[in-house]
Amino acid sequence: MINFEDNKPIFIQIAETIEDGILSMAFKEEEKLPSVAEFSTTYKINPATANKGINILVDKEIIYKQRGIGMFVSKGARKMLIQIRQEKFYETFIDELVSEAKKIDISEKELINMISKRIDESNKNKK
Amino acid sequence: MSKDIQICNINKIYNKKAALSNISTTIKSGTITGFLGRNGAGKTTLMNIICGRRIANSGNITIDNEKILENDNLLGQIYMTSPDNMFPKSTKVKDIFRYTEKFYDNYDKEYAERLIKRFHLDINKHSDKLSTGFQSILKLICCLASNAEYMIFDEPVLGLDANNRDDFYKLLIEKYMELDNTIILSTHIISEIETLIEEIIVIDEGKILLQESVEELMKSGYQVSGSISDVEKYIADKDILSKTTIGGLMSASIMGQREDKPENLDFSNIKLQDLFIKLTNEREDR
Repeated sequence: MINFEDNKPIFIQIAETIEDGILSMAFKEEEKLPSVAEFSTTYKINPATANKGINILVDKEIIYKQRGIGMFVSKGARKMLIQIRQEKFYETFIDELVSEAKKIDISEKELINMISKRIDESNKNKK
Repeated sequence: MSKDIQICNINKIYNKKAALSNISTTIKSGTITGFLGRNGAGKTTLMNIICGRRIANSGNITIDNEKILENDNLLGQIYMTSPDNMFPKSTKVKDIFRYTEKFYDNYDKEYAERLIKRFHLDINKHSDKLSTGFQSILKLICCLASNAEYMIFDEPVLGLDANNRDDFYKLLIEKYMELDNTIILSTHIISEIETLIEEIIVIDEGKILLQESVEELMKSGYQVSGSISDVEKYIADKDILSKTTIGGLMSASIMGQREDKPENLDFSNIKLQDLFIKLTNEREDR
């Protein structure tokens, strides 16, 4: 579920929620997505807003609409999203990470160590 | 599909005081419009005039060039709910549903019965014996079940608990998507409807202070926060709506397009409620 954040328009957050669902495979390729009505009522947003978010993904060909039937996740959508997210990773996460680290005097070496530690932990949890 | 509501030069005087002065605007068909305003701003008066409950001293309200006033055909397509009780005191709840069915051709009896069960509304009670919350529920069910082309909600969630408010907003969206009708919502709980409404009309002292799509309005400004000196420096050449400080920190709402964010500042969306408070507070500053 989304808790709407303050710094992004809601239609973008709707698009990102669907993207996250595809990445986590809650929404599988070639499967039907919830309808605009379901998104609007669940999140209590104007249907036009939900539609706008959905259309971003239609334009990127991550999902497609079938008239009278509904919306589906495109084949290859997950791969496409992974590529897009990887390209954006540097500016969205690394930028913020480094600037926050700098603000509180975490050195380059400490930061790299922390990242390694976190990756180790997450690998252990998987096992 | 409904047509726009044209409001043209409406004046209304109560006790020699102008409640509405020369209001002209268009309520776009197929949208959810929010009427916002301080207590006594004139929202209810305007809504009452739209649906013919009050008569303006001058001006017209039309749909597709036809006057609404005393037009049975058009009035049968408009349903307004408000905290005022329009039925005689001892009217039973079930009779109110019966009357609504008579007046509204597209009234959906089964839908109303489903909602009566869902909200546990006692239809054998006299309507004036219902609690404030249940009076609101009664009116909301009547309005939603009327399937009217134009639904006007004045303070729809008065006395409703959080669960019932949530339910109402969901039912409203469902109805809106089903009918593609025109909805006017007036409430003081701005944060709950800011994601719901497409258009916003701010009424203040009987005049329209602002009319804008919510999306445009949200894009029209942003909030900056950081240390007082950093924020002051950043906003020096900007159009400032409001500033608040706590200790050495400051956050300021400013109008204008967002620029690239300096490292020492945080940006966030402007809040509709803040914008509203600022807009309608100006009269006190003047």
